[in-house]
Amino acid sequence: MRRGSTGLTLVSGLAMLFLYGPILVLVLYSFNAAHLSMAWRGTTLKWYAALWHDEALLAATVNSLLIAVISTIGATLLGGLMALGMERMPLRRQQLIEGGLVLPLVIPEVMMGVALMLLFVMVKMPLGLTTVMLGHIVFNIPLVTIMIRARLRKLDPALREAAADLGADSWQVFRHVTLPLLRPAIWGAVLVAFTVSLDDFLVTFFTAGPGATTLPLKVYSMIKSGVTPEINALSALLLVISMACVAVSLHLQRREV
Amino acid sequence: MATSSTPPFTASEQSLSSTPPTIDVRGIVRRHGAVTAVDQVSFHVRRGEFFSILGPSGAGKTSVLRMLAGFEDPDEGDLLIDGQSMLGVPPNRRPVNLVFQSYALFPHLTVFENVAFGLKMRRVSSALIDEQVRRALAMVKLIGKEARMPAQLSGGEQQRVALARALVNTPAVVLLDEPLAALDQQLRQAMQVELKSIQEQAGLTCVCVTHHQEEAMMMSDRIAVMHQGRMWQVGSPREVYERPCSLFVSRFLGVSNEVPGTIGAAIGEGRLFQPADNEQAPLTVRTESTEPAGRSATLSLRPEHIRMAQERPSTSDPVLSGEIEKVLFAGSDTKYLVRIGRDRFWETRMTSGTSLPAFAAGDPVFLHWSLADARLFFE
Repeated sequence: MRRGSTGLTLVSGLAMLFLYGPILVLVLYSFNAAHLSMAWRGTTLKWYAALWHDEALLAATVNSLLIAVISTIGATLLGGLMALGMERMPLRRQQLIEGGLVLPLVIPEVMMGVALMLLFVMVKMPLGLTTVMLGHIVFNIPLVTIMIRARLRKLDPALREAAADLGADSWQVFRHVTLPLLRPAIWGAVLVAFTVSLDDFLVTFFTAGPGATTLPLKVYSMIKSGVTPEINALSALLLVISMACVAVSLHLQRREV
Repeated sequence: MATSSTPPFTASEQSLSSTPPTIDVRGIVRRHGAVTAVDQVSFHVRRGEFFSILGPSGAGKTSVLRMLAGFEDPDEGDLLIDGQSMLGVPPNRRPVNLVFQSYALFPHLTVFENVAFGLKMRRVSSALIDEQVRRALAMVKLIGKEARMPAQLSGGEQQRVALARALVNTPAVVLLDEPLAALDQQLRQAMQVELKSIQEQAGLTCVCVTHHQEEAMMMSDRIAVMHQGRMWQVGSPREVYERPCSLFVSRFLGVSNEVPGTIGAAIGEGRLFQPADNEQAPLTVRTESTEPAGRSATLSLRPEHIRMAQERPSTSDPVLSGEIEKVLFAGSDTKYLVRIGRDRFWETRMTSGTSLPAFAAGDPVFLHWSLADARLFFE
């Protein structure tokens, strides 16, 4: 028993190291004073400071945030409406749509990226910020719908009946009962959609045109000319933002009521 | 509370008999696929009346309640509240409020906000909301808990909030769906008394659905017994208990001791009845029935109407002989299981503390009752 659990701890520890080791190294070296070297030359924050003065990088950050915010709003609105609409359908149709919703989550993202690019080219839509936003809305809708729907299905239907019985019309039922009870799920979905959009590389890569460079695309192009500590610093920042979003989202999901 | 300019809870000044029915249900039918959940049900409820629909689960009683609330529509028939047909009127425009079995309190709102919900939807001014919510909370004895969330309340308190949330709107009818089912035995009994006194004090018209016959009898002015989608009998608790119209109603309302047999010749103001196992002498039954002799029937008798004697009593009342099988002491009274045939047992009850001789298992016993207390049912 004792030996078994020691072995288990060892294996788990190794697995965690394998998962988080590279990230740790990346974060650690973002504080390394040495330029273009793996040797440790003391700690510094100058790479973070340098990020502030890199015009191209700042432009990419603005693009990323803009795309993330707008695509999150779009996906949350559409996905939320979808979840609400699905609930009123007969069960068979709900299951059918649910199947269709999961599909974009499992098909390779490269395919999704190529398909979206081909679509935009076909309808003669110039690739740029707008197409990236549309692409992000597309892959975020299933995520949002599934998360809000999970919460919606856990709600006691008697609550909405009680509201109607107390004189609320369907809008008031939604406004005063359904929406407040869905709020944690909606915020959770918003944060996840925001994170996924911020981190996305593949769909962005295929749908972005000139002038629509996002942070992940920028990191990729920077890395072609060698790994600089600046990239480490940038990645570390992205990592912190993503993890914070996911942590808050998980917290909201777990909280009852 | 009488000093208020807008008293929300006033008893009806008119006498019950002269007012038109608050609820008038006319032959409603409700089908779920091939199943007819509610089959040609008609009844009316008078203003200020506590009306219970009693029946086993699956009897269709909840369906009737949901049609009154507006969550379901009848497939046939009509349903009037205060003389107005409710067909096609959505729940939010009906003058009724439902107390849900699960209470369905809004978990994100405080006790105060829960109770205020209905008034808020009707855009009542906040000063008036404040006053009326407080009055409703006082009525259910929840003053001081306004700021609590439903999850912080006990089951009994949640029940009171649900009740206050309905009656604060002064609906024409309060609908109660198994209102006390989720409470434990002691709380349930206390709430029965309290619910009844609130109803009387506020002059509420209530329609209550329950499967608990004692609860229905204690609280109701009239009871409708429902079974398999149909209403079998409507009457006062005493009527349905003492003069059930069928074996089902008799059994559902309480213990009924039964002997199958055949009806015989007329005698005095009744008929002779021959129990099926021929060990027993024929009994006299008071009945207005004109069924032909030889027709099979069941004699039914409530335990509390049966008297027990050690010697064959010298009486003209019907007498059955038997043997005490089991003595079950239940505190305030003692139940006796009496074997009256090869494998037929009757239950009798005696109040503990009476000076009557106590019987022990194995004792021979004579059971007798007054002619008027036994009921005869034909299949």
